[in-house]
Amino acid sequence: MSSVLFFIAAIGAIAGAIGVISLRNPFYCVLALVVHLISLALLFLLLRSEFVAAVQVVVYAGAVMVLYVFVVAYVGGDGESIGQRLRGAGAGPSAAGLRTGGAILAVAVGVELMIALLGTGLAGIGGHGAGYAPGPHAYGTPAYIGKLLLTRFLLAFEVASFLLLIGAVGAVVLARRRGGLDDPDEGRLTPLDLLRPRETGTTAESIGRHGG
Amino acid sequence: MSIGWYLSVSAIVFSLGAFGVITRRNPLVILLCLELMLNGGNLALIAFARMWGNGDGQIMALIVMTVAACEVCIGLGLIVAIHRRRLPVDVDELRELQG
Repeated sequence: MSSVLFFIAAIGAIAGAIGVISLRNPFYCVLALVVHLISLALLFLLLRSEFVAAVQVVVYAGAVMVLYVFVVAYVGGDGESIGQRLRGAGAGPSAAGLRTGGAILAVAVGVELMIALLGTGLAGIGGHGAGYAPGPHAYGTPAYIGKLLLTRFLLAFEVASFLLLIGAVGAVVLARRRGGLDDPDEGRLTPLDLLRPRETGTTAESIGRHGG
Repeated sequence: MSIGWYLSVSAIVFSLGAFGVITRRNPLVILLCLELMLNGGNLALIAFARMWGNGDGQIMALIVMTVAACEVCIGLGLIVAIHRRRLPVDVDELRELQG
């Protein structure tokens, strides 16, 4: 039973990965990645990592992919980018060369990883893993992970929370609307602007940009 | 299934992601391929954690997920900023940082 599930999940994961790298429309790439992530969560479950599998589905296949879908919808999911359209037929040789080189490098990396991972001579590689006893505090349960995170890995936990804070602030700073951009939406009038007397203190006026 | 099978799947996923990072031009798809590579690493970490019966690999996988979430956050913010400035969303066109 577990080997059948393994092959279903492994085929799903690899097919999803191939979909991500081969589909032209970025929107379909995101959907292929969702398939890949859910198959990977199944593999995590087979490895008895229930909490990590749940996090994978909720955080990755849920939240992060929603972010991707919104950005693809905003930026525009054109299969062909502007550069490809500009280059037109002339893109043939260089793109083909890039693809061949990339394929050679990817196969080399794959073979090397296989040798490195499977050729270690560790006795556990051929086994089914360490012993496992089911229970409320067994390996991989939320209680087990929580205890590890708040005792042995407390520093990593705190550093990760700081990293998330920095990421959130960075995203806001990057995606914010800057002054000086010639954005057509910038000079739009809203009903509030008509009601408000002039020079009553908006940030735009304080830096010398009147009207609004 | 023995642990070796899981490690093979992780190696295949990682090399597919590397192939995508090299060949694709759209930065959105490059970010997706980076996710593939991180997930290949995560699968190997969790397989080794299962092999030793030790939770440390799972914690590392969770931290990797956090780092990936931050990377997506910043990467998508950059893409939105590039799109706002009417620059082409194409890594070949974006060779000069001063835009």
